[in-house]
Amino acid sequence: MADGVSVLGGVSVGGAVALRDLGLTGMVTVRGNLAGGALQAVCAGLAGVGFPGAGMATGTAAQGIAWMSPDEVMVFVAHDAAGAAVAQIDAALAGVHHLAVDVSDARALIGLSGAGARDVLAKLTPADMHPDAFRPGMFRRTRLGQVAAGIWALEDGSFAVMCFRSVADHVFATLAQSVKDGAVGHFKG
Amino acid sequence: MSTRLARGGRLINRRKAVTVTFNGRNYKGFEGDTLASALLANDQMLVGRSFKYHRPRGIVASGAEEPNGLVNLGQGGGFEPNARVTTTEVFEGLTAESQNHWPSLEFDVGAINTALSRFLPAGFYYKMFLHPRSFWKHVYEPFIRQSAGLGQAPKARDQDTYEQFNAHVDVLVVGGGLAGLQAALTAGQSGLRVLLIEQSAHWGGRAAVDDPLIDGTPAEFWIKTAVQRLAALPNVRLRTRTMGAGVYDHGYALAHERLTDHAPEAGKPRHRLWRIRAGKIVTATGMIERPLSFAGNDIPGVMLASAVRDYAVDFGVSIGDRTVVVTNNDDAYRTAMVLHQAGLIVPAIIDARVQADGALVRAARDLGIRVETGRAIARVKGGKRVTGVTICAHAGEGSGLEDIACDAVAMSGGWSPVVHLWSHCGGKLIWDEGLAMFRPDATRPPTGADGAGFVFPVGGANGMLRTADVLTDAVAVGASVSGQAAGDVPVAVDSEQGAILPVWLMPQGATLKLRQKMWLDYQNDVKVSDVQLAAREGYESVEHAKRYTTLGMATDQGKLSNINGLAVLSGAINTPIPQVGTTTFRPPYTPISMGAIAGVARGDLFQPVRKTPIHGWHEASGAEFEPVGLWRRPYAFLQGHESAHEAVNREVLNVRRNVGLLDASTLGKLIVKGPDAGRFLDMLYTNVMSTLPVGKCRYGLMCNENGFLIDDGVVVRMAEDTWLCHTTTGGADRIHAHMEDWLQCEWWDWKVYVANVTEQYAQIAVVGPNARKVLEKLDGMDVTKEVLPFMTSADGTLGGIAARVFRISFSGELSYEIAVPASQGRAFWDACLAAGAEFGIQPYGTECLHVLRAEKGFIMIGDETDGTVIPQDLNLGWAISKKKSDYLGKRGQERSHMVDPKRWKLVGLETVDGSVIPDGAYAVGTGTNANGQKNTQGRVTSTYFSPTLGKGIAMGLVERGPERMGEVIPFTKGNGTTVDVRIVDQVFYDKAGAKQDG
Repeated sequence: MADGVSVLGGVSVGGAVALRDLGLTGMVTVRGNLAGGALQAVCAGLAGVGFPGAGMATGTAAQGIAWMSPDEVMVFVAHDAAGAAVAQIDAALAGVHHLAVDVSDARALIGLSGAGARDVLAKLTPADMHPDAFRPGMFRRTRLGQVAAGIWALEDGSFAVMCFRSVADHVFATLAQSVKDGAVGHFKG
Repeated sequence: MSTRLARGGRLINRRKAVTVTFNGRNYKGFEGDTLASALLANDQMLVGRSFKYHRPRGIVASGAEEPNGLVNLGQGGGFEPNARVTTTEVFEGLTAESQNHWPSLEFDVGAINTALSRFLPAGFYYKMFLHPRSFWKHVYEPFIRQSAGLGQAPKARDQDTYEQFNAHVDVLVVGGGLAGLQAALTAGQSGLRVLLIEQSAHWGGRAAVDDPLIDGTPAEFWIKTAVQRLAALPNVRLRTRTMGAGVYDHGYALAHERLTDHAPEAGKPRHRLWRIRAGKIVTATGMIERPLSFAGNDIPGVMLASAVRDYAVDFGVSIGDRTVVVTNNDDAYRTAMVLHQAGLIVPAIIDARVQADGALVRAARDLGIRVETGRAIARVKGGKRVTGVTICAHAGEGSGLEDIACDAVAMSGGWSPVVHLWSHCGGKLIWDEGLAMFRPDATRPPTGADGAGFVFPVGGANGMLRTADVLTDAVAVGASVSGQAAGDVPVAVDSEQGAILPVWLMPQGATLKLRQKMWLDYQNDVKVSDVQLAAREGYESVEHAKRYTTLGMATDQGKLSNINGLAVLSGAINTPIPQVGTTTFRPPYTPISMGAIAGVARGDLFQPVRKTPIHGWHEASGAEFEPVGLWRRPYAFLQGHESAHEAVNREVLNVRRNVGLLDASTLGKLIVKGPDAGRFLDMLYTNVMSTLPVGKCRYGLMCNENGFLIDDGVVVRMAEDTWLCHTTTGGADRIHAHMEDWLQCEWWDWKVYVANVTEQYAQIAVVGPNARKVLEKLDGMDVTKEVLPFMTSADGTLGGIAARVFRISFSGELSYEIAVPASQGRAFWDACLAAGAEFGIQPYGTECLHVLRAEKGFIMIGDETDGTVIPQDLNLGWAISKKKSDYLGKRGQERSHMVDPKRWKLVGLETVDGSVIPDGAYAVGTGTNANGQKNTQGRVTSTYFSPTLGKGIAMGLVERGPERMGEVIPFTKGNGTTVDVRIVDQVFYDKAGAKQDG
């Protein structure tokens, strides 16, 4: 089996805010009744983390779960484990109305770290990036500039941005330019 | 003479000189100067020419309201027109040029228009340029265009960068004067998020100029302390050089921050557009002084009284040695006293009021300044600058009583609250008779989603003239917007003021001759007589009068002229001012840069370009791209010196003879799953999808409720409860949303989930008689027609890559579409090229795809459909289920017009001479319609040169087309001639379908 290639090719940029391609990651879209015990259990088991509440995410962008909508979560696993994860979810939810689908290659993940990361994000997203409003462990579907994106405030203070594969280079370049344009200094905390 | 005073200038640093260039001449200023104060310090009174009459124009104001001091700033990539000298901070090397003059500012040929002003009244353009009609295009329009506009359009690409920033705050305070500072201080105590923005580089507004005592300290000290206290609050943010541009619904506001205009620095954004979502917005935007309408009030040297004072106190600049003050209120007396104390001469204060004895008036008299009450300026003398004034009785018609020599006139017609931001979102105004001003009506604020007001005017912007009132108001508003009880109010002491006398004409009975020299709008040259003429001609609505006269339509948007203009209109139509009302206040408050509106979206980031996993190969392989939605798809792959047309012909023939490779990754792929998925798809598609066996493919049509075709594609049943729906490239997101719309809003209880997996897969079509050989060489799964017959699908691996293979064909040839994970798309593409080399494989683009499908008579959404076409028009009745009780569009397709036998229907078209019909050509019918145009009986929807057949082929919609096979009808060629076209079957190639199995 040939190895896959990350759309961003492992690119990274240093600076006040460091940007880097988080690389190929297994991502499984799961739609269903999120209150269901079996659904929560199988997702939590796959990612090895707790099941998130609304607007939240657990774990990391390598092993985690992000709440996407009232009937949808994204489960993050190793890239080569996504197919098996789908099968495992389907097996666990046999007879329960749900949808599990491998979308690992449909999206790209970009990591942002550094003190000015919130400034950079707030240049591009209409969502509230204030540290009181967007706390570690939260996940927000929004847009960055002109395209749809998800933003994950990770527990270690860094951020992960999820966007569609076809616009990954656009999003990376837009973030990089926003880093280059410098700090705004609006967020102190 | 305007000059720099020996002392004074609280904003300038006299130790640091700065050289600026205006019209090629160098001027010395100081750090902290505005371009206006630097020019005035060097006796450069004349800064521009007016729009219509090219009258000499001098600086009138000291802030954002300045109508005259507009310059072209910078050069080349840093060029900016219409920069306001009063808000442009100087820096070493600043260059500016005056606007709207030819050949020079000092001597302007267009000034002849002044002499002709009798012939250029209001509405002149509307009246003059009507006849003869043909003159408009060739004579009038070029002339008007040449004379239109003050600044020049930039010619070079903007060298600077810009950005935007989104901020969410509980309280946005616009304006950093006393009111804004105090409101922010009070609101900031609550711990809520507060953002205070100030358009200038300095806090405190004009308070330090007028210098009231606050808490027993000078205003300047109080301001400094307030800023320090605000900076110490962790929940408060302060921004200078940030102008509140607009207020919109739901507490949304725009602000424009000028980051490097005052100190250009490479690599930093020049402007930043703040997109602010605020819970509540406090407008502490202050007031603007009004000019007075007397003859010659536009001559350079006539200035607002407050501006004369500002230049003296802030910049140490005197406008003239002898300044006559003319006023209808007490405030202007401050100017007289400031000038007097600076050792300058105030020959007289001309006060229109018969009685004036407020504290300021008495103080001026005590200083020995001559005060003339009940008097007016009959006319200002001078051309390019003031040389004197003639005074008269204000009650009269303007007969001169006395000439007073002077070189400056400081005028004050009273003050108008800056109500723009209050009004942007619907806040209403009331006319305050006593103060002669429109101020916000607190009972009719702009309201938010909860029905409560969300904009709170404060201080001057709320009609407060006294410092103590301003601070009391600010504490009350600051407390109210942050849900606190009002706390202590700083104690402020300033002079009480006598009543204002509204003066809209000076003198009140001025003759027409004088009124023709009274400017209302300096920039657009609108005079009192113009507004009165407009009223006489029936333009009684203030909005009509504005547009007829162009009052307030210049780049300053009438900050000085609106109130005076509508008051003159009020007098002319004998209607009280409140009934006349104001024109509409619209954002932005002052112009914001186009760059800030674009933000980071410029150059390569202007628009996202969607790229398939194989895009990089296309770029490196001669692809000529075409936009398809936000995707760029290869139109054709050019080899050597080939033209695009030659490349397309080669690609078509290669597919027909050998094998071609197409990147079809952009096709929409939607997974539909659930117990009700079959039922759902039966409603969405015109044919039946629920009966499709697992592993089989079916072509489907989707219509909207009106029956019109909106999308098509192949549906594959992947499992008992799971279908994969292919959409067109442009339809992927639209059809996904369409599905969710029906599921969420109409059939919310149906158990169906949809996922858009378009980008999960690279989809590659291997097409042509050698297609199977290529896949067999890749190896991994059985793709023979026995195991994988036409319109079936199978999962497996090809060349070591997980693949789902569909035996579907959009070309008539043996064809496989193979979906592989996007991360391996490029690897699979490369493997196909390598495996296909010996079989003559070549990539092909979208144009080849179009020709192939047209030769085969397949329709294309967007070519054969345009939102008015139903499937029946395209002879696709076979794909419409007769058995189903319902599907989206069924009812619509039963309407009388849809079943009209005269509808235009799809046919093939062939020119008799073999040529290609122009795209979009119409079939000419007989007779003419009601407009005298030729009737039509059809139109071309797709037209190509077919390299396979060696001639032009086309499809089109023709009235009763399918009943008229073999008939020859004329089609337009776009050059006045027609071409004879025969109606034929739409399938030009392999009607029997012998080729599709290879």
